[in-house]
Amino acid sequence: MNFLNYRLIIFSIVTIFGLLFSIPSFFQEIEGKKITLGLDLQGGIYMLLGVETEKAVETKIKSIAGAVRYYADQNDILIEDLTINPNDLSFIVLDEAEVKNIDSMLATIQGLEIVKKDALEYKISLTPLEKDITKDLAVTQAVETIRNRLDQFGLAEPSVTRQGTTDIVVELAGIKTIAEEQRARELIAKPANLELMAVDEKLADQANIMSEEDAKSTGHTLLQDAKDPNVKYIVHQIPILTGAEVADARVAFDSQGGSPIINFTLSAFGGKVFGDFTAKNIGTRLAVVLDGKVFSAPVIRERIGGGSGQISGGFTVEEAGSVAIALRSGALPAPVIVLEKRSVGPSLGADSIQASLLALLFGFGLVICFMVVYYGISGVIASLAVVSNIFIIIAVMSAFGATLTLPGMAGLVLTVGIAVDSNIIILERVRELLRDGHGVRKALAEGYGKAMRAILDSNVTQVLACTILYAYGTGAIKGFAITLSIGILASMITAILGTYGIYLASLSKIEKSKRYGLWFGLGGQK
Amino acid sequence: MEIFKSHTKVYNILDKGKLFFILSIIAFLAAIGLVLTKGLTLGIDFSGGTVVQVQYEGTPPIDEIRKKLSENKLFAHASVAPFGKNNEIVIKSPTSAETIDKDMSDEIQASLQGTGKFEIRKVDMVGPKAGNELRTKGFTAFFLALGVILLSVTFRYDFRFALAGVVALLHDIVITIGAISLFEVDVNIETIAAILTILGYSIHDTIIVFDRVREHIKDSKETNFRSIINEAVTRTLSRTILTSLTVFFVILTLYVFGGEIMHGFSFPMLVGVVIGTYSSVFVAAQLVIWTGFDVSKYRNKQAEKIKNAQEKARIRAQFEQGTI
Repeated sequence: MNFLNYRLIIFSIVTIFGLLFSIPSFFQEIEGKKITLGLDLQGGIYMLLGVETEKAVETKIKSIAGAVRYYADQNDILIEDLTINPNDLSFIVLDEAEVKNIDSMLATIQGLEIVKKDALEYKISLTPLEKDITKDLAVTQAVETIRNRLDQFGLAEPSVTRQGTTDIVVELAGIKTIAEEQRARELIAKPANLELMAVDEKLADQANIMSEEDAKSTGHTLLQDAKDPNVKYIVHQIPILTGAEVADARVAFDSQGGSPIINFTLSAFGGKVFGDFTAKNIGTRLAVVLDGKVFSAPVIRERIGGGSGQISGGFTVEEAGSVAIALRSGALPAPVIVLEKRSVGPSLGADSIQASLLALLFGFGLVICFMVVYYGISGVIASLAVVSNIFIIIAVMSAFGATLTLPGMAGLVLTVGIAVDSNIIILERVRELLRDGHGVRKALAEGYGKAMRAILDSNVTQVLACTILYAYGTGAIKGFAITLSIGILASMITAILGTYGIYLASLSKIEKSKRYGLWFGLGGQK
Repeated sequence: MEIFKSHTKVYNILDKGKLFFILSIIAFLAAIGLVLTKGLTLGIDFSGGTVVQVQYEGTPPIDEIRKKLSENKLFAHASVAPFGKNNEIVIKSPTSAETIDKDMSDEIQASLQGTGKFEIRKVDMVGPKAGNELRTKGFTAFFLALGVILLSVTFRYDFRFALAGVVALLHDIVITIGAISLFEVDVNIETIAAILTILGYSIHDTIIVFDRVREHIKDSKETNFRSIINEAVTRTLSRTILTSLTVFFVILTLYVFGGEIMHGFSFPMLVGVVIGTYSSVFVAAQLVIWTGFDVSKYRNKQAEKIKNAQEKARIRAQFEQGTI
C-alpha cells in the first residue's frame, strides 16, 4: 500500500478543505462563513435604476441663479429679469459699473460658459465638460444618498452599486412583506427636495387666476398646497435655500395637536442666508416647499437666527420618518426611474432551494447507483470524487463570498454530470487497456494519460464559454457561470488527481487479487 | 457490467451515413422553417414587460382574475395561465412601469383585490431600455462563445476537423432552437445560458471522438479513413452513450423536481443533450469524410514535419559541434 503518493495527499487536503468550509453552510447552528444566497433564493428585490441626469444640470443652473441673486442682494447690485431654463439662465445688470463685480463673482464658479448679448445682458450655461461632470456627480451622489437612506431603514445588508454611466443597482435582501417593500421603494424614490421660497405678496391675490406661463414670464412659480390642491401660492422662482443646506432633520410632535412634524437644522452657511433673508423680509410669507408642494407658509415676524425650522402638514408618523431620513441623507440630485425590477417572496425562495436540492440529491443518487452497478468499486471511487467535488464548490463559494443563485443551483446539478463524465472517459480507457491484456499498473498509467488530453481540451473550452457568460450575463446568470467554472476546475483535481491517487494507494491489492470484474466492472471477469 | 461490446466488434456507423444525413437535413430545415414561420416567444428579459407569479389559497378563479385585470389599462394585454402546482398562476403583460414608489407590484396587488386570498411570490419587470441592453448582451455572448470554440478547435486539430465540428455544432443549436420554438418555451437569459452550455457540451462530445480519430491515424497502419472513423466512433461509443445518459438523467431530475421556474433552462438542455450525442456519433465524423480529408496525405505531412524537425535538430547539433 502506498498512501503517500502526492496525488492522494493533494486530494485529501482539498477534500478536507471542502468539508470544513462547507459545513457552516449546511447547518444553521454552526458558526462560520456561510454561503451567500442570491436574492432569488432568499427572497428580496433587485432593481436597476436609471438616473435622469439631465435634471441634475437643471438643478445646478438653479443653484447658480440662487448664488447670483444672493451676491447681488448682499452687495446692493441691481439685476433684472433673472430667469432660468433647463439649460441656461439669463439676467440683466442695470448698473454698468457693477459688471466688473459680477464678472469677478462668476469667475469663482467653475465650468461656466458666459455669453453677453451686450455689455449688460448675461446668458450663462454650463460647458460640455462641466455638464458631464455634473451628470457623473449626480449618479455618484444618488448612489450615496440611496445607500444612506436604506442604511437608516434598518435592512440587513442593502447593496447599492453603480453600473455603467447612468445606472444604479439596488439589491435588498430579507424583505418580508409587501408593505415593507413599498416603504423601501418610497424611501428610494423620494426626491426630498426641500426648498424655502419667498411668497410674492404683491401678486398673492392673483394666485388663482394666473397661469403657469404668466408666472414664469415674471420670474415666478405657481405652487400647490400639500393638503388642499385648490390653494395656490405665487413664489419667486429661485429658492432662498435648498435641502442641500439641511444639516439635520428629526421627527418631533406638534406641541398643540401632537401630530408628527419634522424639525430641521440648517448648516452654518444656510443659517446665515436664512437669517439675512428673514431680517430683510419681515411681514412677508415664507413657503416651506417639499418636492414641489407647499407644506406651510408662515408670515415672517422677526429675523430668524439659529438656522432651524419645521415642516408640518398632516404627516403620519411613518411618512414623517421617511421625510426626515430623506432630508438627513440629502436630496436626490436627479430623479430616478426603474429600468428593471425583480422581486422574489421569501416563501418562493425557500421553495426554490428545496426543489433544486431535491433535484441535486435525486440526480446524484441516480448517478451513484449507475456508476456502482456499472463500474464496481471504481464506481464507488468515482462517486467519492463527485461528492468531494460538490463540497469543494460550496466551500470555495463560501470562502470567497460568491453568491449562490437559482441558475447557480442548476450549475451545481450540471457539475455532477460533468464531473462524472471525466471519470467515465478515464474508466473506459482503463477497461480497454485491461482487455488488451495490459497489467493494472500500465492500464491505469496509460489510461489516465490518454484520457487527460481529451478532458483538458474540452474543459478548457467549457471554462472559456463560462467566462464569456460571466462577462455578458446578468446577476443570476453570473451565478451559473461561477458555479460551473469552479465545478469544472474542481473536477480536474477530484477526477484526475484524486481517483488516480486512490488507485495508486490500492494498487498492490488490485494486482494481487486480479479481480477486474469487482474493481472495474469488466464483464467475464471475477 | 458492460453494455457495448466495442472491443470485439467494430460498428459500421458510416454505412448508414447518407440516411442519417438526410434525417439531419430534414430536422435542420424543419427547425429553420419553424423559427421563420412560428417564431420564438421572447420572454420579458428580451422583449420587456412584466411577469407576476401569484399563489392562491385554494384554486385561483382565473376567469375572475382576467376580468379584474382587464379593468386596469396597464394589464389590457395581459395573459393569465396556471403555473406549476395547481394553486398558482402566472400573469404576463408586455407593459412595464417606471415609477419607483408606485410600481407594477402595487398595480397588480390593487387589481387582484377581491379575487380571493393570494400572495404575490414573484414580480419580474424589465423596461424597454433594459430589455434592449439584455438582448444585445445575450447575443454578443452567444456569438463570442461560438467564435472562441471555433478558434480553439482549429488550434488543436486540423482545420477540416474544426469545420466539421462547428457545422455539427450549428446543427445541434439550430435543431434545439427549433424545439424551443415548437414547444413555445419563453426565450430568456437562462435560455441563452442553456444554449451556451449545450455549445460547450456538444463540442466536448465531438472532441472526444476526434481525439480518437487523431490517435488512430497516428498509431495504426490503417489507410482507409472510413475504417479509422468507424473504429474511433465504436471505441468511444460506450463513453458517449454513458455520459449522455447520466447528464440526461441529471437534467431530467432538474426538469421534474426543479420546478417550472427552471424550465427555461432545463428544457433546451434536455433537447440539446440528445441532439448533441446523436450528432457526435452519426454526423460529425461523416462530415469530416466529406471535407475530403486524406489519411495518407495527412500522414505524409506529419512524417515530413517530423523529418524536418529531425533534420533541423541534426543540422543544429552538427553546427553546435562545429563539424559541418
